[in-house]
Amino acid sequence: MSGARPGEIFLSVEGVSLSFGGVKAIRDVSFDIAKGEIRAIIGPNGAGKTSMLNVINGFYHPQRGRIAFRGQTRHAMKPHEAAAHGIARTFQNVALFKGMSTLDNIMAGRTLRMRRGLFWQALRHGPALSEEIEHRRFCEGIVDFLEIEAIRKTPVGSLPYGLQKRVELGRALAMEPDLLLLDEPMAGMNLEEKEDMCRFILDVNHQFGATIALIEHDMGVVMDLADRVVVMEYGRKIADGTPDAVKRDQTVIDAYLGVAH
Amino acid sequence: MALPPQRASSGAGEDTFAKLLRRHALLRGSRPAFRHKDLGVWRSWSWGEVYAQTRALAQGLATLGLSHGDRIAIVGANKPRLYWSMTAGQMLGAVPLPVYADAVADEMAYVLGHAEVSLIVAQDQEQVDKILSIAGRLPNLTRILYDEARGLADYRDARLGSLDAAIEAGQTALSDPVVAAALDATIDAGKGADPSVILYTSGTTGRSKGVVLSGERCIAAARDTVAFDRLTDRDEALAYLPLAWVGDHYLNYAQGFVAGFCMACPESADTAPDDLREIGPTFHFAPPRVFEALLTRVMIRMEDAGALKRAMFRHFLGVAKQWGEKIGNREPVPLLARAHYALGEALVYGPLKNVLGFSNIRVAYTAGEAIGADLFAFYRSLGLNLKQLYGQTEAFLYVTAQADGAVRSDAVGPPAPHVELRIAEDGEVQFKSPGMFLGYYREPEKTAEALTADGFVKTGDAGYIEPDGQLKIVDRANDVGKLASGQLFAPKYIENKLKFFPNIKEAVAIGQGRDHVVAMLNIELASVGNWAERNNVSYGSYQELAGHPLVYAMIEAHVDEVNRALAGDPVMAGAQIKRFLILPKELEADDGELTRTQKVRRSFIAERYSSLVAGLHDGSAMASVSTEITYEDGRKGVLNGSARIVEMTLHPAPSPRRERAA
Amino acid sequence: MSLLYQLFVDPFVQMAGAPDLLVQTIWEGFVGGVLYALIALGFVLIFKASGVFNFAQGIMMVFAALTLVGLHEKGVPAYLALIATIGVMYVLALGVERLVLRPLVNQPDIILFMATFGLTYFLIGLGELVFGGNPKTMITGELYLPSGSLDLKMLGGTVSLQKIDIAAAIIALAMVAGLGLFFQKTRIGRALRAVADDHQAALSVGISLNQIWVVVWFAAGIVALATGIFWGARSDVSFALQIVALKALPVLILGGLTSIPGAIVGGLIIGIGEKLGEFYWGPIFGGGIDSWLAYFIALAFLLFRPQGLFGERIIERI
Repeated sequence: MSGARPGEIFLSVEGVSLSFGGVKAIRDVSFDIAKGEIRAIIGPNGAGKTSMLNVINGFYHPQRGRIAFRGQTRHAMKPHEAAAHGIARTFQNVALFKGMSTLDNIMAGRTLRMRRGLFWQALRHGPALSEEIEHRRFCEGIVDFLEIEAIRKTPVGSLPYGLQKRVELGRALAMEPDLLLLDEPMAGMNLEEKEDMCRFILDVNHQFGATIALIEHDMGVVMDLADRVVVMEYGRKIADGTPDAVKRDQTVIDAYLGVAH
Repeated sequence: MALPPQRASSGAGEDTFAKLLRRHALLRGSRPAFRHKDLGVWRSWSWGEVYAQTRALAQGLATLGLSHGDRIAIVGANKPRLYWSMTAGQMLGAVPLPVYADAVADEMAYVLGHAEVSLIVAQDQEQVDKILSIAGRLPNLTRILYDEARGLADYRDARLGSLDAAIEAGQTALSDPVVAAALDATIDAGKGADPSVILYTSGTTGRSKGVVLSGERCIAAARDTVAFDRLTDRDEALAYLPLAWVGDHYLNYAQGFVAGFCMACPESADTAPDDLREIGPTFHFAPPRVFEALLTRVMIRMEDAGALKRAMFRHFLGVAKQWGEKIGNREPVPLLARAHYALGEALVYGPLKNVLGFSNIRVAYTAGEAIGADLFAFYRSLGLNLKQLYGQTEAFLYVTAQADGAVRSDAVGPPAPHVELRIAEDGEVQFKSPGMFLGYYREPEKTAEALTADGFVKTGDAGYIEPDGQLKIVDRANDVGKLASGQLFAPKYIENKLKFFPNIKEAVAIGQGRDHVVAMLNIELASVGNWAERNNVSYGSYQELAGHPLVYAMIEAHVDEVNRALAGDPVMAGAQIKRFLILPKELEADDGELTRTQKVRRSFIAERYSSLVAGLHDGSAMASVSTEITYEDGRKGVLNGSARIVEMTLHPAPSPRRERAA
Repeated sequence: MSLLYQLFVDPFVQMAGAPDLLVQTIWEGFVGGVLYALIALGFVLIFKASGVFNFAQGIMMVFAALTLVGLHEKGVPAYLALIATIGVMYVLALGVERLVLRPLVNQPDIILFMATFGLTYFLIGLGELVFGGNPKTMITGELYLPSGSLDLKMLGGTVSLQKIDIAAAIIALAMVAGLGLFFQKTRIGRALRAVADDHQAALSVGISLNQIWVVVWFAAGIVALATGIFWGARSDVSFALQIVALKALPVLILGGLTSIPGAIVGGLIIGIGEKLGEFYWGPIFGGGIDSWLAYFIALAFLLFRPQGLFGERIIERI
């Protein structure tokens, strides 16, 4: 578990409310994420955690409240704009390009960083080629980091779920994000895979300095990884603090009915 | 220690690996010596470059205090810089001690502590973490150098340093001609009779022992086999087997340094099959189970292929079966058959070998356990020059080796060049060889136990020599026993017959002093899983598949076939398998059930699964077991399982004369 | 008995009997096939990137041709008119993205398909309004497209190749090759494949769906223009021309809706097959089989490969 880092507030969610028709997914939730920390968002199913990430990411726009990113309020940011601002995201149901290989998927993460225009790309020569080599080298570094050399060329659609999640993490890393949003990164993994994933997430935080917000169900993982935790239930925030504090909070215990994974 | 006088090493007079490296840098400095796939790209280093880097590292190590006789441990997978670390140590007269990279912390602590290692070269963060966790038990440890820096930036241990830094420091120091000359002098002063490497053998019984080998003997043995197989500096091998295993040190390192061929290191263990295909080595070694796994994979892929491909495959495999080995052994074969085979080569065998990475292989060896006749024939019939060898760490590998053209599946070959071989009265195989060890490190009694009065090494294996001069190994001498009835019981013999079936991965036969032989089996997940898919058998876990009635029926048929084969052999007829069960869990080296080289530890298994063994012997229909299992990081868990026990009908032995072993 | 002979032997005898005629037929089928392929390409482009079956592709072709000829009629020099038409197609693409696709972005595909119906009638109305409803002639001469024919003496007779056909074939193949390379090799091409694969993932990686859609509809517009020019040269430029787009359907069935090479191969198979069938087997059925032969061929293929010759095998892990 990394030590809490005192630092500037990287992202702040203030008084956000989100409803779909009559369903109130998020009710007046506020919290912040400090630069360089690992923030876990936990809560029973249906608590609004994924919706929260979607709001941060720009997939949903809240009816009320504001999101401030690096101190600046964003107005109705689109998902691809969020990506351009350094926010990378993984999804619960794994959003990968199923027909492409692992390496191509990770290379896709470099899209925003490819500078050379259409003309040079078409010629595939000179500056465009050396840029492509640089991107390839960076992506190979990620492949090495995530230990997925053996599936480099495999079409992602035929990989087991656990490996798909790892490739998705790789694609997010390729964007060199400042903020990494992970939606249940450990879902469907066995113990060994979970340990590997924890190791990767910690390394990403320590070595690349990425701020991470993750939704997670496994309390053990949360205790190991998170600096601070936000607990949600029925769209409301019911606790906010260090993992130890949150674990002992009575409202949290009630919300989970004493069930800890 | 009464050891036989050594043959003078022939040829150019280099008697240490350091001197050999220097010679190659001189004679073939620009030829590739090492390759490694990193970040998706193959990088090569020439002999000249390797020499320069190794010298710099040696100087760096000397500055860190490494000197003559010190033990330097190498922990990691096959990477060029780890090999260079070995040579760098040898330049200074220090003794490299490669350790199994997947060893559990306890094992490592024992070996490193016993050898009083002062300096360790570790591959990466994972190994460094393991070493730091046991550093308390290593009082002599002063330095840990790591190859890959990732993840280690924040580590504050004073003993930690990087190989990069050591090499750089060495390079700077060597710019001073005095220092360089001193290093050269040290290399010159290296004596071939000094210990050159210590290899700890994973014992099937008891703790590992450190086999000490000398430079001149290693090189002498390697020169013999390089000549035997006509290896040159144009050859190439993929170094993918553990550094700590004698086979890697011999086949890749020693032979490589003698012949000057190129050693390629794979990107990772998972990518080894792909890397093999990309490199296309000319010399290759793999244990029988790897060849078996490859064949299984090929067969599985074939089942998924289109009807035309399947038919073609089956047809030409038949052709290969009929004529392939004969052609390989240069026997007379009708012209039409040759043409047919050639067509098969173009359509099937060639592409198949290409996919497996075998296209360029001139010589391939296998050893370590018995190989099924069908499996052996399969590869030979495709045109792969697969041969067997037999040996031990104490021999520095080679005791016997088969020559091209005189290859059999059921024997391991005549004695290797300059090896003296004999069978003792009790059937034990004993040898004297050019490469044989100096002794066990710091274990003089065990060394004395391993040698006869006249200096032959006792292998601990029982065997006999066939009429054509090839050695046939029956079993471990200690394991050959008797049933209660006096019937000869060679467990390995029975286990091998069972393991020849692709569906059976591992087998343990138990029967010493009992009325009957019983067996505990592991299914092979890949082939049984594939069979399950084809037959719409669904399962959620290994345990479930292992217990499935249809799987049991399939395995029962295999056991019955083995019994039938045993019944046909007068010596073995009474040792048929009376009852068997399928284990709910795979036997693993991490749990201590197998050695690091995947050999079963029979007594350990019998003890751990004693409830199952009891059930097998007392005629129960089911037995259950609760065992402790170890995860990769050393943590423990518990596995509960039960297994159905199947009773077999034994086959009658062939009539009239039945020899009973004494 | 004689029917069997007529079906399975006689046509081949005829083919062998007059090989120059055979070559002529195959050539004409080839040209037709290349043009079908071009139309099919327009559909494939849009379907691949936005998942929409663009019913308006045919009318876009007519509209583009009309614009070109209409502008020229109004006195604009030919190549300027060409450039202006390209500009118009770009504006059209922008308009479609902003007014049709963006508002309907999360709607089911059937809604989007309906929207393309609306687009069709809008374009028909607009075209009639601006350029009038009379058929027009394609300005092939002004565009420096060759006319006349090339007569080759071979195989005992003459094979006559229309020069405009040769030009059409060359230009169409060049366009197809160019588009193929564009998608495989460039960043935008990769982005397009990404969008075609998974919208959510593409968004997360920073690909702007809207930009991609404009690019794709513009490319489809260029393809429509080229097709309009060459089909317009064979017959008149009128709203009846959009019927040709229907011929793309069997091509798409054969080649799959998502494959560029599939559109090419499918187009050639249908084109050549149709012409051969019409010429050699047509008389058996009393002529006029070209209206259904293409569908017959396509249906036969559907029986064996529902995803078409090249369509993507759905890779899914259960």
